[in-house]
Amino acid sequence: MAKKQNVSIKGTKDGLVFLINDDCSFDDAINELKDILENTHQNILDGPPTKVTIKVGYRNFSTEQYKRLKEVFKAKENLLVEKIENELDKLKNRVESQVKVITGTIRSGQVYQHQGNILLIGDINPGGFLKATGDIYVIGSLRGIAHAGYDGDESSIIAAAIMEPTQLRIGKSVSFAVEQWGEMDNSKNLFAYVKNNEIVLEKYQHISRLNRDFMGTLY
Amino acid sequence: MGEAIVITSGKGGVGKTTTTANIGTALALSGKKVCLVDTDIGLRNLDVIMGLEHRIIYDLVDVVEGVCRLKQALIKDKRFNALSLLPAAQTKDKNAVTPEQMKEIVDELKNEFDYVLIDCPAGIERGFKNAVAGADHAIVITTPEVSAVRDADRIIGLLEAERQISPPKLIINRIRPHMMKNGEIMDVEEVVSILAIDLLGIVPDDENIIRSSNYGEPVALNPEIKGGLAYRNIARRILGETVPLIKLEDKPGFFTKAKRILGIR
Repeated sequence: MAKKQNVSIKGTKDGLVFLINDDCSFDDAINELKDILENTHQNILDGPPTKVTIKVGYRNFSTEQYKRLKEVFKAKENLLVEKIENELDKLKNRVESQVKVITGTIRSGQVYQHQGNILLIGDINPGGFLKATGDIYVIGSLRGIAHAGYDGDESSIIAAAIMEPTQLRIGKSVSFAVEQWGEMDNSKNLFAYVKNNEIVLEKYQHISRLNRDFMGTLY
Repeated sequence: MGEAIVITSGKGGVGKTTTTANIGTALALSGKKVCLVDTDIGLRNLDVIMGLEHRIIYDLVDVVEGVCRLKQALIKDKRFNALSLLPAAQTKDKNAVTPEQMKEIVDELKNEFDYVLIDCPAGIERGFKNAVAGADHAIVITTPEVSAVRDADRIIGLLEAERQISPPKLIINRIRPHMMKNGEIMDVEEVVSILAIDLLGIVPDDENIIRSSNYGEPVALNPEIKGGLAYRNIARRILGETVPLIKLEDKPGFFTKAKRILGIR
């Protein structure tokens, strides 16, 4: 009986690549993988230490499943799992590294939330709340609360054409704005970032001094 | 078919009811048929400010409960035939009426009147939802105080979510020119820049307005008073005219200045 293969192996100059189909159940894939490693291909896979890349296609993986997958390979000491590539993660990263553009005013009592970076053309009024997992850029007045990197990314920044916030949050850091910085002479074109566990403000011009990748820099 | 305009603010005590009474009076003075609707069930005031409280027999809740017909509950103003009031009940609370019932009543009134002005209670709960249910347009009242502006902003957000209502317009009430000049309170420009909606008018803080509200004689009846003129101007803008904002401070005229220089009293 010709059984559909869920796992195939390819050799490259960097080592072995295991391709796992994404249209079968996880248990089927794991069982087949075990079979390959322990029975059918045992001889071929013995030998000097080899790097292994596992490509799982567009499969929705839980952390538990990642663990189980690695466990299977632990039985073979010469196979070193270098990385597990999931197309879904790549897709997610790509979406999150883009900038979402929104327009309008975020008014008192309104909350806008986004996975990734966000560019607001408009104002955040006092009592309004904008949160993003990435950076926040405001072309307008930031008078309310902005929370960049709300799922923990402290390298995120908040930039605003007019920076007069009630509060800024980046990752787990919080700043009470005026209480902390006092009345500012110039609140125009500033960005906030975390430096030594504290949120500080700088002019736009110094943004390139941050040791960080943005979409693109001039030089 | 008339238009229904809700007058709201979020915060209490900024002058919703006074504004409703005065805009209604000014519109009636321009020859429009106007009905004022008090939706502040349990805390009705509009009848007092209009000086019509003695004439109430039936109210909004009676209409909803089918105790009387809508026409029976309407009170004609003692000064103009063109102006009517639908009073709120004083003995019930906001839950006595649903937004759907409110919309039905307002729709019926729109057949009869050119303008239906709905006086909204403070807050963002049931009373607010009742008041906006039948409205086509909205006027947001604020004073130049930080807390009032904050609440107005919240209300504008809620109004913008109501699809059937056109973009709300702003009235800044209780302006004290000298405090604005000294920068002790926000100035008109600042309020408009935060709220980011069209300005319909400004009204000075005027003792005459308080006095006339107490006597049940809307100040809009008297254009000699600055507050009265301010409300008349707002009504003209609602009717589509272009009217400049009133000057809040009495600037000395040319002759006064010349006399002062010459030392003549």
